[in-house]
Amino acid sequence: MLTNDKLSLIRDKALWMRRTAFTMVHRAQLGHPGGDFSAMDILATLYFGVLNYDPKRPDWADRDRFVMSKGHATGALYATLCAAGYFPEDWLPTYMQPKSLLNGHPNRNYLPGIETNTGPLGHGFPVATGIAIAGQLTGASYRTFVLTGDGEQQEGSNWEAAMVCGHRKLANLTLIIDRNRLQQGAGTEETSGLDPLDDKYRAFGFDVHEVDGHDHAALLSLLSAAPGDRPRCVIANTTKGKGVSFMENVASWHHGVPNDAQYAQAMKELV
Amino acid sequence: MAHAAPTATGFQDCRNIWVSTLEQLAEADPRIVAVVNDSVGSSKLNSFQKKFPDRLVNVGIAEQVMIGVGAGLANGGRIPFVSAASCFLTGRALEQVKADIAYANFNVKLVGQSSGVAYGELGATHHSIEDFAWLRPLNLTVIVPADAWETAEAVKWAAQHDGPVYLRLSRMPVPDLDVPKRVFRPGKAETVRDGRDLTIIACGTTVHLAARAADRLAVEGIACRVLNFATINPLDEEALHQAAATGAIVTVEEANIHGGLGGAVAEFTASHRPVPVERVGFPGFLPTGPVDWLFREYGLTPEGIAAAAHRALGRKG
Ligand SMILES: Cc1ncc(C[n+]2csc(CCOP(=O)(O)OP(=O)(O)O)c2C)c(N)n1
Ligand SMILES: [Mg+2]
Repeated sequence: MLTNDKLSLIRDKALWMRRTAFTMVHRAQLGHPGGDFSAMDILATLYFGVLNYDPKRPDWADRDRFVMSKGHATGALYATLCAAGYFPEDWLPTYMQPKSLLNGHPNRNYLPGIETNTGPLGHGFPVATGIAIAGQLTGASYRTFVLTGDGEQQEGSNWEAAMVCGHRKLANLTLIIDRNRLQQGAGTEETSGLDPLDDKYRAFGFDVHEVDGHDHAALLSLLSAAPGDRPRCVIANTTKGKGVSFMENVASWHHGVPNDAQYAQAMKELV
Repeated sequence: MAHAAPTATGFQDCRNIWVSTLEQLAEADPRIVAVVNDSVGSSKLNSFQKKFPDRLVNVGIAEQVMIGVGAGLANGGRIPFVSAASCFLTGRALEQVKADIAYANFNVKLVGQSSGVAYGELGATHHSIEDFAWLRPLNLTVIVPADAWETAEAVKWAAQHDGPVYLRLSRMPVPDLDVPKRVFRPGKAETVRDGRDLTIIACGTTVHLAARAADRLAVEGIACRVLNFATINPLDEEALHQAAATGAIVTVEEANIHGGLGGAVAEFTASHRPVPVERVGFPGFLPTGPVDWLFREYGLTPEGIAAAAHRALGRKG
């Protein structure tokens, strides 16, 4: 596909995914829309421009792996997997209903396309590290991408994983950090500051890049670039709640849910 | 369901009294500090933070560090109340709780918020139903308050007790127990209803449901004793001897039935006085769904508890 066609596909999908995720959250009156929306352009770029996968064969051994470490953002993840063809649209309204397969946090035993269960923060990156080591051991061609929140980076398990990735030069792994500068209750820098994140990951042996996490073209060229000689870390500067005026950069939309008027307003803006 | 309706009259979210009690204690005792993991709001500590900005330590999303910092603060002469969602407080930092708090015997108060299945729809990672099994064997007083009054008493007791404590709180609204002239006695069960035909042993959010089950059974002519078993560790062995003497026991807990309150009672009776024990609780990882639905689905209701009582009576020798 030509780059311009890819970019318009990514734009269309990202819009559909935002509308879909917000509809799920509105209906369930539960969810994490702020973090769904900061991650949405990263997910759309990965699934419609970068990853090599086949929704009909979720167990295909050579598929590229995507691990959603910030597991609370299931609005984004489920909208993405649905858009990618892993399950039908009519499953979406069951989000968080009794016995639904669309649990509040992703469960690989419930839905195809989920590589591992997440929800407690700081779990996805270590598992992705293991997936990348398996690829290295077997000489497989697949790549592994993992998305963490920025607040999530406060969990020490990430830095233990980073040390392993750097030590083993896991060039087939890309860590993406959703750098929206907000966590659950407040800003990351006023809670337990992360800056300078780039220097930290460089010191751990990563090839570090910063990017506007809502710029599809920049994301596409960076995420589809061939692996180098070491693990890659992409610090994606994002806006929590991106795309809905009243949610952008407002901490309480971490797990805030829209009333009917807010939902209608958001649908007007998401066009 | 009345028991889960936040608006039902007389039902209260006990987090409010937890934090107002902590604030009163902190006014009087400058050694008291709070330690959190980005959980200021979910622990209802916003007003504590405003009143005592220097005495709230937010380590960020880092539970292992949070528990270690709690131990260190106790070493430095502070009285830390470490407050976080109980799934992460106990599960993520379990070895820190074991080694740094219980084994090192530091004067730290662990406060588990939104325990049990309060986070119903968020799934098994966010349910804290294994905590009794994890913590019961440790050198740690484990207290599960049943209502607002008991929550306040437990927080006050923990503050003046010199030793590690786990307070397992809930956000699920509960009514005040209808027991006259109450005295909080850690390590002692409280009699909520008396009877000789069998004993229902419950804790936390399920005690008022057990009392309603007993009221139903009374109509059928079955006299149940109901114990509010707020202290899970150490066990009130005297109350358990007396419960066994009624010849049948039902346990009820918002927890996994393996290794929790029911497990403790079964261990005790098997060793001292075998009687039928029916355990009401959760069998393992649970499906997604709201908390009141999960309670109904697994029989944590007056009807479900009464049915378990009939099963226990049917097995009585
Ligand atoms: C181990 C663990 N501790 C605490 C939480 C509760 N929690 C859920 S989301 C969140 C904030 C995450 O912030 P961030 O990683 O920045 O995510 P984003 O801003 O992308 O939503 C917290 C504290 C959790 N899920 N897991
Ligand atoms: Mg963030």
